[in-house]
Amino acid sequence: MNRSMIDLWVGVFVAAGLAGLLFLALKVGNLATFSTNQTYQVEAKFANIGGLKVRGPVKSAGVVVGRVADVRFDNESYEAIVSLTIDTSYRFPRDTTAKILTSGILGEQYIGLEAGGDGVMLKQGDRLRLTQSAVVLENLISQFLFNKAAEGKEPAK
Amino acid sequence: MALAPIRSRLERLGATVTSFVWRLGYASRFLVYLALHSGTALRRFRLTIAQVYFAGVLSLVIILVSGLFVGMVLALQGYETLQRFGASESLGVLVALSLVRELGPVVAGLLFASRAGSAITAEIGLMKATEQISAMEMMAVDPIARVVAPRFWGGVISMPLLAALFSASGIFGGYLVGVQLIGVDAGAFWSQMQAAVDVREDILNGVIKSVVFGVAVTWIAVFEGYDAVPTAEGVSRATTRTVVTSSLAILALDFVLTALMFTGGNH
Amino acid sequence: MQQVPIVEIKNVSFGYDPARPVLRDIDLAIPRGAVVGIMGQSGCGKTTLLRIIMGAYLPSNGEARVLGHATRSLDGAGLYAMRRKMGMLFQFGALFTDMSVYENVAFPLREHALLSEDLMHDLVMLKLQAVGLRGAAHLMPTELSGGMARRVALARSIALDPQLILYDEPFTGLDPISFGVIVRLIRNLNDSLGATSVIVTHDVQEALGVVDYVYFMAAGRVIAQGTPDEIRASPEPFVNQFVNGRPDGPVPFHYPAPTYAADLELAA
Repeated sequence: MNRSMIDLWVGVFVAAGLAGLLFLALKVGNLATFSTNQTYQVEAKFANIGGLKVRGPVKSAGVVVGRVADVRFDNESYEAIVSLTIDTSYRFPRDTTAKILTSGILGEQYIGLEAGGDGVMLKQGDRLRLTQSAVVLENLISQFLFNKAAEGKEPAK
Repeated sequence: MALAPIRSRLERLGATVTSFVWRLGYASRFLVYLALHSGTALRRFRLTIAQVYFAGVLSLVIILVSGLFVGMVLALQGYETLQRFGASESLGVLVALSLVRELGPVVAGLLFASRAGSAITAEIGLMKATEQISAMEMMAVDPIARVVAPRFWGGVISMPLLAALFSASGIFGGYLVGVQLIGVDAGAFWSQMQAAVDVREDILNGVIKSVVFGVAVTWIAVFEGYDAVPTAEGVSRATTRTVVTSSLAILALDFVLTALMFTGGNH
Repeated sequence: MQQVPIVEIKNVSFGYDPARPVLRDIDLAIPRGAVVGIMGQSGCGKTTLLRIIMGAYLPSNGEARVLGHATRSLDGAGLYAMRRKMGMLFQFGALFTDMSVYENVAFPLREHALLSEDLMHDLVMLKLQAVGLRGAAHLMPTELSGGMARRVALARSIALDPQLILYDEPFTGLDPISFGVIVRLIRNLNDSLGATSVIVTHDVQEALGVVDYVYFMAAGRVIAQGTPDEIRASPEPFVNQFVNGRPDGPVPFHYPAPTYAADLELAA
């Protein structure tokens, strides 16, 4: 195998390898991330964030508009403070509600934004005042059992 | 004196551990020397390209074929389990994540170690046994710069490319079995995959893994070859050691890297 | 005209393992332009001595001066500079198996001399012509016989016109014709290049025919030295046994063992 054949094959190999990487990045992965977009940050407080993770999605009407940037604990109010990074191309009113929802029945948790009606828009550093915490399964179950017990007692009255 | 056999066994264990640590230190110095004397391999890039050919191109067939089969098996096994939970449309996610995060770098690394790693060790070992290394030193040419460094960089360059090709081939195999053979919806296959596989988290981490594996395997291969006892038996033992040590190193490093990269949770 | 010997070994002792010395108190000098033989039994230390001259090992005691420098005083770059003026022929040639004959001979030129391809081609052809293998330039080492491989290796070792040529057992395993070729080449190249040659060998009769001076080694020491005629007539019993190829003498026929009677009685 002379030199130019070796060069040719190595070129083919490297090109194929890079093509493979490109295929993985574009066709397999989600290259459309917010890496190049401008974003702004807002905060929201929750009584319970459930299984929400950093880098989890922030969706509105089911479309991803941002990511969870940071999760902290407020020792004064004993609540969770979640920082959201939202794409600047999406503007939300100041009275937008942030809810912690679950994809599917047992899927990953994300933040859902429901727009309010206020004329003034959220800007960098604002805090969302209306929030709804995650549904914790244990609370649901104990509530259900309590209701069942209450129902059982009533006919006896 | 029931203590005597226990004591001798402990002594041997201690000796093995000490000699392993000593050898690791020697191998590390070798790696540093190699890195510092890589000028020739970079300036006369032809030498390195020739080694990318021998390590990478000649491993292409085994990598692509193995990747294809692994992807196909993943799809078969994955479908079996997923459809029990009504989640068969997530087959693409299963195949892609398994390959990109783990199987691509690891299996490609193991195959690379046994094909290219052993070849490198045997070649360098034989050059040592037939005095070609000494002859080179006598002609005032540093054999590490001229023979070892190009092989090292050739392996390091080839490995990530091979791992990417393994993953790509596997995903294609998974598509063939999942969509064409079993009948999972093609749209769901690709779209769920694209939603679940993150370029930064999964693909980049997989690439980082394959680079680390490439360095580890090639380092072990060139070191064992250069350090081999210059006889036929010595070379054969060095080749075996390369395959065994590289494989163990890949699996151990995989654990460490996975723990660092993929478990973070809520931080 | 007294010239500084090209190699001076003074009081050199050496052992790969410090507890077991391979060379003890060696004194020898190799004058410029001479063909000198270092002879002895296998394992007497002559190859080790060659490696010390090469600079691959440093003597534990004493000094080795080669081409005017003490090997101990040389750093890596200095050692390589010294080796560029030396050529070494290894026992079985040690040709690079992945390169052709032409590329093998061109190797030192490519690494050390910045020459155009035309000039390099002419030089390689010149060296191959000197060893009689110009027509084999395109062959690969695996296609060569042992004698031819050794001649190519010789052409490679003289590629940079060295001042000192070292031969490690150059006559081993050669047929009589190749033998004669190598013997003639050693003498001719030495004289035409104006170089000095050191031959390490145990092929006594043939070597005595080509060398100017001989150092005889046994058990790590120089036990005799002189011109070939002096060595042939040496009264030293070991030299006598070696030169005449007698099976028994100072080097005994029987490997040390308990008495024969004792061994037989054990069996009975």
